[in-house]
Amino acid sequence: MILVQAEDFNVGRELEKLSDGNLDVGGVSCFIGLVRDMAGDKPIKAMTLEHYPEMTEKALAEIEVEALERWPLAKTLIIHRYGELAPGDRIVMVAAASAHREAAIEAAHFLIDWLKTKAPFWKRELTPDGGQWVDARSSDDSAAERWIKD
Amino acid sequence: MKLLYFAWIKEKAGVSQEDVSPPDSVATVADLIQWQVGRGGGHAEAFADEAMVRVAVNQEYVSFDHPVAMGDEIAFFPPVTGG
Repeated sequence: MILVQAEDFNVGRELEKLSDGNLDVGGVSCFIGLVRDMAGDKPIKAMTLEHYPEMTEKALAEIEVEALERWPLAKTLIIHRYGELAPGDRIVMVAAASAHREAAIEAAHFLIDWLKTKAPFWKRELTPDGGQWVDARSSDDSAAERWIKD
Repeated sequence: MKLLYFAWIKEKAGVSQEDVSPPDSVATVADLIQWQVGRGGGHAEAFADEAMVRVAVNQEYVSFDHPVAMGDEIAFFPPVTGG
């Protein structure tokens, strides 16, 4: 399931939906990304997430399909917000449900690593000095590379 | 072709989307970027550092040698920073 939305989401309810009515599910793993209150030594007043609407859902769906091909999963979930957010706000949630923990944990890890380098979102932070686009991090590329198959 | 710009590339170009008709000699993404630089002003600035430009043709990531054609939707943006 892919959800791209401006509004917040209820983590507990979303997690329950991943196993509801499916007694084969033995474990659910998830990652939630939040807006931090500092960018280096600068306080963040707000963060705006821009995205490419026509491409976002397509890119996220491809990431989800890749996870479903690699691990035996009952269900997956990707929720990504856009628009203006404040420190402490949820930005993203990925989750995977499977019969066993290994597949669920690895798939959730894969979903967030892959998403960070492939989903067309851009963060802009508002600090007391003004607005600044967040630079892509090479550590995100390295994190995604661990999932590249030989 | 329809061109879309995102994040700081959009700010530098000074436009979020536009319809353009480049000459027939523009056959690939690389040609199109070269043509954009030649337009000068904000477009030249947006494409000054090619290493920071990512491209999607019809909503799929492509490399700079990918062909472009009339009717394509071509998006230019910096490396993504979601999640």
